[in-house]
Amino acid sequence: MAEIVIRNLRKDFGAFTAVKGSSFTIRDGEFFMLLGPSGCGKTTTLRMIAGLELPTSGEILIDGEDVSQKPASQRDIAMVFQMFALYPHMNVRKNIAYPLVSQGVPRAEVQRKVAEVAKILRIDHLLDKGVGGLSGGDRQRVALGRAIVRNPKAFMMDEPLGALDAEFREIMAEELRALHDRMHATTVYVTHDQLEAMQMGDKIVVMNHGVVEQFGTPQDIYDHPATLFVADFIGSPAMNFLRFDGQAAAGAGTITLGDHTQPLPRLQEPAAGALVLGVRPEHVALSDTAPLKGRIEAVEYLGTTQIVTLSTPFGAVKARTPSTQPARVGDLTGLALNTPRLSLFDATTGRAFRTAANAGVHHG
Amino acid sequence: MSAWSVTEPSRASKWVAGLLVVLYTCITLLPLVWIISTSFKSGPDSISYPPKILFQPSLEGYVNLFTTRTRIAAEDFAALPPPETWYDRIVRDQGMVIAGQSRFGERFLNSVIIGFGSTFLSIFLGTLAAYAFSRFKVPLKDDLLFFILSTRMMPPIAVAIPIYLMYRELGLSDTHLGMILLYTAVNISLAVWLLKGFIDEIPREYEEAALIDGYTRFQAFRKVVLPQAATGIASTAIFCLIFAWNEYAFAVLLTSGNAQTAPPFIPTIIGVGGQDWPAVAAGATLFLLPVMIFTILLRKHLLRGITFGAVRK
Repeated sequence: MAEIVIRNLRKDFGAFTAVKGSSFTIRDGEFFMLLGPSGCGKTTTLRMIAGLELPTSGEILIDGEDVSQKPASQRDIAMVFQMFALYPHMNVRKNIAYPLVSQGVPRAEVQRKVAEVAKILRIDHLLDKGVGGLSGGDRQRVALGRAIVRNPKAFMMDEPLGALDAEFREIMAEELRALHDRMHATTVYVTHDQLEAMQMGDKIVVMNHGVVEQFGTPQDIYDHPATLFVADFIGSPAMNFLRFDGQAAAGAGTITLGDHTQPLPRLQEPAAGALVLGVRPEHVALSDTAPLKGRIEAVEYLGTTQIVTLSTPFGAVKARTPSTQPARVGDLTGLALNTPRLSLFDATTGRAFRTAANAGVHHG
Repeated sequence: MSAWSVTEPSRASKWVAGLLVVLYTCITLLPLVWIISTSFKSGPDSISYPPKILFQPSLEGYVNLFTTRTRIAAEDFAALPPPETWYDRIVRDQGMVIAGQSRFGERFLNSVIIGFGSTFLSIFLGTLAAYAFSRFKVPLKDDLLFFILSTRMMPPIAVAIPIYLMYRELGLSDTHLGMILLYTAVNISLAVWLLKGFIDEIPREYEEAALIDGYTRFQAFRKVVLPQAATGIASTAIFCLIFAWNEYAFAVLLTSGNAQTAPPFIPTIIGVGGQDWPAVAAGATLFLLPVMIFTILLRKHLLRGITFGAVRK
């Protein structure tokens, strides 16, 4: 197992830059998520780590060794593809054995390892079947088997659950995480599904337009987004953005929002101009005494909670409240914001201002 | 099935379709049947009018194809000892004796060497080129592909005279190597284009998986791409072989004594001792066989190859 360090990694395809100077570190044994919308460069980053693309510039260190210009076959990495990429002309046993055969492992050893892996993945009854007739979940297990059979330094997974049905996804996500907890293998996992990333990852890198927007634990990224993009991309419903013009000095604990003073986590740098106050729906409470007023536009019932959409002078705001709390469309009510969980962004650059709350968060 | 259905053809339309297929098959097979039956007729039967559907089968055509014969004076003929072999007897029945072996076997072997040799070379080079065009960033890729295709737009015979002169200078005239190179040059454009289409359809992930599993690019190509492309390679090989096997014009022009193939040789049989239709038909029948066998062996691939892409999955 290994630590992977990415330094100023860049990839150009002709005039198009897929990845612009990414840097981050994947610690030994971490389940690491590369998250972002399609075209953000996450798959290109993964393919560069795996050796399927050579970077235009930058370094990839696996256990301290720079492998950025080495071919994939010399990096000792395993990969699970979105479309599984099982060798269609071989049966399950041969598929799983194939990486061992390339290393010249003795036959008996190959058989023993394949049997062992098949048992872990509960596909031992399928070993002599062709891969064509397998279900999506079983194909995925075979692909995983092919990856884990030779104890590589790290696993690359390119949206491995993307081709599965919704119900299978959940099961496989749990199995994957359980497998990881058992093997403690460094895993780099590409997904565009923020829920998958939050649910499975130890760390998440959020990418957009080839740039790392934020890098941190799921909690950090959810609670303290570093940019407007991350705030918008993570969470469902997304974070509310209250747009206003204002200013505050470094060290200030409040900001003027319309005609009232809104408390904030203490600012560590001055903020001025077009600003955006970010608040997650679960940190908005309906309270008649709150100074920020809004009119209820819609109510979506979700069982234990409900999503209340309100129109305010700063735009629409969604609040997640207990479904027991009465909310009638058309009513005017106050919105109480949970001060420690507020984020303040610069509307032009999209960057979050440093406050007492997000001080330790790693920006991209 | 009683009601009319969009997807299920009705009984009547199935009958009509079946009938049309049978009719078409008969029309297509008629010349083949004619040639094969003529090859088993005796000389007089082959030119009788109306043509005989039922006849006494004879191997005269085949014996004449492989031998040269001569007439000798009547008294010498009568003085000959009785024929020793069945083919001696067949020739003797025509009032002749065997003078020697014909060159058909040799010409046929030339066809096999040149046909299969050029097919192998076209496929070998074509597969590598198609793989490169399909997978790698080749500078001026589109222009090169068009250039390759454009060699096909011109009828090959248009360059017959320059090639004739070139071959004479290079000493390639009437050599097996020359003919193999020529047919490969004509076929390779078809091979590259067809094979590129097939390889394009094979997902890259298979090779990438192999690369990550520790194989080199060439090993991945050989062990993963080639088995996947087998269908395409088989159908392309048939097309190449059919061209090289049947080619007549260049063979007439460029070959004579040494590397002559069967197509220019077969018509010359007519001139040997009158119009010997059974021998010509026997030559044509034997000439048909290799391509026929090759095609039948690969027919599953061929069918899949032709419909490849159109109805994949």
